[in-house]
Amino acid sequence: MSDLHVDFLGKRLAGPVIAASGTFGYGEEYADMFDLKVLGGVCSKGLTLHGKYGNEGERLYETSAGLINSIGLQNPGVAHFIDEELPRMLALGTAVFANLGGGSIEDYEQGAALLDATAVDFIELNISCPNVKQGGIAYGIRADSAKEVVSRVRAATKKPLVVKLSPQAEDIPRMAAACVEAGADALSLVNTFQACAIDLERRRPVFNNIFAGLSGPAVKPIALRMVWQAVGAVDVPVIGLGGITSGLDALEFIMAGAAAVQVGTANFMDPRACGRITAEIGRWMDRHGVKDLSEIRGCARM
Amino acid sequence: MPATACEVRVLAHSAAAPGIRLLTVAWPRADKAPHAGQFFMLRCWPDTAAPLLSRPISVHRWDESTGALEFLYEVRGQGTRLLSALEPGDLLLLTGPSGNGFDAAAAAAAGKVAVVGGGIGTAPLYQLVRELAAAGCRPDLYAGFRDEPYGLEKFSPLCRRVHLATDSGRAGYHGLVTGIFHPEEYDLVLCCGPEPMMKAVAAQCEAAGVKCLVSLEKKMACGVGACLGCTCHTTGGAKSVCRHGPVFDAKEVFGR
Repeated sequence: MSDLHVDFLGKRLAGPVIAASGTFGYGEEYADMFDLKVLGGVCSKGLTLHGKYGNEGERLYETSAGLINSIGLQNPGVAHFIDEELPRMLALGTAVFANLGGGSIEDYEQGAALLDATAVDFIELNISCPNVKQGGIAYGIRADSAKEVVSRVRAATKKPLVVKLSPQAEDIPRMAAACVEAGADALSLVNTFQACAIDLERRRPVFNNIFAGLSGPAVKPIALRMVWQAVGAVDVPVIGLGGITSGLDALEFIMAGAAAVQVGTANFMDPRACGRITAEIGRWMDRHGVKDLSEIRGCARM
Repeated sequence: MPATACEVRVLAHSAAAPGIRLLTVAWPRADKAPHAGQFFMLRCWPDTAAPLLSRPISVHRWDESTGALEFLYEVRGQGTRLLSALEPGDLLLLTGPSGNGFDAAAAAAAGKVAVVGGGIGTAPLYQLVRELAAAGCRPDLYAGFRDEPYGLEKFSPLCRRVHLATDSGRAGYHGLVTGIFHPEEYDLVLCCGPEPMMKAVAAQCEAAGVKCLVSLEKKMACGVGACLGCTCHTTGGAKSVCRHGPVFDAKEVFGR
């Protein structure tokens, strides 16, 4: 029987599959779907220092093998999360990634300082939400802007810090290197791709913000290319995500060098997706005589 | 009670009216028994096939003694077209039961109850009147259809009176259901149908000072309160239609 655990930033994750932010609530919604203890962790919905209603108008739009969303970081705020949602997340029996988005750098700093005093295992810094003008995407495009916000957050917390990158970054290798230089302990990528849809009947954009974020199987090959580039640019662990729907998809990211993967949109196709993908990875390893993921991690790069 | 997910088998599938189908499946989770106004996410196509998302369909009838679960749905788009091809013995994925649903016991205790439905919005009202009947309440039903009505014969034994309206005049009152509905006769109104109809019924109820509960419909991705794709404004703040709803006090969601 293969060993699926992943050693990640000093912690032992039970498996390589982490539920991606914004697709898994705060985890408890899925507690009766499958055994969450097989997961590498659960990322919280994107949090901001102050609570947000999110975006008006349409929030969801299906495309060929994809989903465009314009949620707009709806969340109850960091303090509410710490009091209400976090205790239940910590009881899930899996690692907790608090996903922190922001407006100003000061909001990021304060949010990180509040989370620093909690039992969250990791902070995943979201500098990549495409759906809020002040949602971090401003920091996710240019490497020098990212460097500033990451270094300020780094100073505000001793928690292991994962920086989640946007595919809108001007230059993925430079962005990855800049975030690590600024103190990121690990990277995760990619967030959603900026996309657009037009409502023919209304002759208007589907989304009030015109642009919104595309995820799902449609983006997987591009996400994989970007993960490959990031792995080549830094020597910290990289979590790969973008359209992973099967164990075979996940193994591609791991062979490209990803330490672990996140699964997002696939949770909407089958709420048991993370558990199924974990089992599929294990079965593939058994069939191929792979005992530990470290035997194949990055093997495609050799 | 949190939702679960499992593959279920189709027991029967038939046409109830043109474009309207009745799907019966075996729900094996007696510990996750649904109640009126709740719904499931249905999917009978592969993860990699379009459409990407599963489809939310309300519970039409739940038989606790046999585990038979019925969905009455309108074939409207890509997802429901795929569902419409299911045959007895086929498997599909159900996620649920989801949502708050109607509290039939509380409704029955409220006094005189009217149940108001429009078109395929009558689907969840059948389980509702079954539960109301079990709680000792025979409501009046007001049902509106565009043209040919369907499914009403099942309601008759469970309701005090059945009032029918059709847009076309084909059966019953010629016009909207609001033309024959008088909320002042009731203590509580329970409503499901197209949003303009529910808003009109809610306005009548508000003018008469009668409490009105409405069951909302929205596009959903997860169906369990995780993705926040179906958020609506309420007087109590942002709520998920799939989790806090779909049943809301009309004043909470249609407030001016």
